[in-house]
Amino acid sequence: MATSNKAPTPPLARRMWDTGLPVAVILIFFLLIWYAAAWGMNSSAAVERVLAPTGNPWTWQDLLTTTWNMERPVLPAPHQIALDFWSGIVDWPLDSPRNLLFHVAVTGETTLVGFVLGTLLGLVLAVLIVHSRTLDRALLPWIVASQTVPVLAIAPIVLVILGSLGMEGLAPKAVIAMYLSFFPVTVAMVQGLRSPQVIETEMLHTYAATRWQALWLLRLPAALPFLFPALRVGIAASLVGAMVAELPTGATAGLGARLLTGSYYGNTLAIWSALVMSALLGLMLTTLVAATEHVALRHRRQP
Amino acid sequence: MMPALPVSHRTTALAVLASLVIASLLFLHPAAQGGSPPTALFWLLLVALGAAALWTIRRVAAIQGTRFDGVLTAALFGLWVLYFWQMLVVAFEVPRVLLPAPTLIVQSMAEHYAKLWGDFTQTVLKAVCVGWLLGSGLGFAVAVAIDRMPFLQRGLLPLASLTSTVPLVAVAPIAVMWFGFEWPSKAAVVVLMTFFPMLVSTLAGLQASGKLERELLHSYAASYSRTLWSLRLPSATPFIFGALKVNATLALIGAIVAEFFGSPTVGLGFRISTEAARMNMSMVWGAIVVAAVTGSLAYALLVQLERRAAFWHPSIRGK
Repeated sequence: MATSNKAPTPPLARRMWDTGLPVAVILIFFLLIWYAAAWGMNSSAAVERVLAPTGNPWTWQDLLTTTWNMERPVLPAPHQIALDFWSGIVDWPLDSPRNLLFHVAVTGETTLVGFVLGTLLGLVLAVLIVHSRTLDRALLPWIVASQTVPVLAIAPIVLVILGSLGMEGLAPKAVIAMYLSFFPVTVAMVQGLRSPQVIETEMLHTYAATRWQALWLLRLPAALPFLFPALRVGIAASLVGAMVAELPTGATAGLGARLLTGSYYGNTLAIWSALVMSALLGLMLTTLVAATEHVALRHRRQP
Repeated sequence: MMPALPVSHRTTALAVLASLVIASLLFLHPAAQGGSPPTALFWLLLVALGAAALWTIRRVAAIQGTRFDGVLTAALFGLWVLYFWQMLVVAFEVPRVLLPAPTLIVQSMAEHYAKLWGDFTQTVLKAVCVGWLLGSGLGFAVAVAIDRMPFLQRGLLPLASLTSTVPLVAVAPIAVMWFGFEWPSKAAVVVLMTFFPMLVSTLAGLQASGKLERELLHSYAASYSRTLWSLRLPSATPFIFGALKVNATLALIGAIVAEFFGSPTVGLGFRISTEAARMNMSMVWGAIVVAAVTGSLAYALLVQLERRAAFWHPSIRGK
């Protein structure tokens, strides 16, 4: 991950100028296109539903303001989404299902529980696979192959099976998030645990180190740089799993459920707010993992 | 790691064959077909077979040197898992809602062949193929187009990389609202999901050519397009194929999950969600088998294509 440019890092102001400016320009350009698209996509509905029924003649300025402030637009303007998003956070008490943060808490809890369980399962499996030739030969090819298969499609089955076993609420959703996040962790950790050089393993051998000591002192530290990229993939997959798990159950809480109810009632603004919120949640969770990586590997960075 | 047992390969092969023959004989036992309650002898044989299965897998895994030993172990393991899934589900009379036996899944796949074929054409041939081609093509085109504009690259790349952390599949309800219930809305979701990985990979690939080669072409006074065509695009092929492979899986996931949000009465995602709601689990498993086979076949196909297209590349040549 670390970029290996040997040049000294330029000062912060310079870096801001180098990437911040282009990103800002792109974002502003994107916003302009969005407003134009909102005008184009909403104009027919605006004329039909708002302007024509009044019977009064209207100018293009009227049309513009109407298209950007419709109640159920085809494409809401960015400021509408921002307003709805903000009101979804502050206008309702935290435990009300109308509050976006309530849904974030539900989905975030599922994601994190599933992610932690999945990571643990992935670590245990990887350690077992590295130490057992049989598991390596028999199981690892299937785990690798399963990366090419849309495993998310099994989610409804997991929900039905766990539901008929009497599990409800958080558990079935967390299981789905878990099995989505354990695949990348297992594959990366097997690679990472095998990354030590022969010379290092042989040195531990001459010290008469046990397998556990070799694992703890050599293999696990060596695997950390492999682990964190997998964790970033894993937490993103876990979030998708948590949101999809909320769909078939008819759950009433969670960002996925909010998306579904929004699309049932044609409430465009609610869908877009939930979408923005899930994007923010994804960014926050990934930042969390990246920050952990930064702390865990702070001594590794080469001068 | 394991003590080398003094047993030859021939013994291992014989043991595998013998255990498979006994297993298939036991499969014909009435208790294995659900005809009669399993007897003590049946259980004894099944446990013995389990032990034999574990032992043969260990033996086969210990084989070294032949070309197929890796695949062989995994295949044998998969076969035994399927076998015990079948036997245990029937013997314990596990309800079909929980876990249908593999034979039941195959049976329902054969019965509803036409339905599943319709789902396959709807989801894979229409939504996934169109979306995957459009998304990957657009990503590639944009990457090549902004190759000469470092300003745009610096602006787009951070944003494009961020999208991998965002659950893009959640745009499905909006896509349904804009493009209707039919497959174009699913293709739109797939386009969005596959565009960014391709953009990021192609941009990385275009930077991947060696300094030495670029300077050589420069000394030949090669034009920009000539350098792009003869050096930089070829050295980007592994990156492009990497994105194509990732995108194949992403596209399947995107199309199936987008159908959970609303679809016409056909499609793999529709089949999975409605049949799961009707507790018709063997059909759900059938649809999943179709999706899984499609995913792995697409991947295998892309791997073969990459070998043909980039046979000269060091990452392929070694294999």
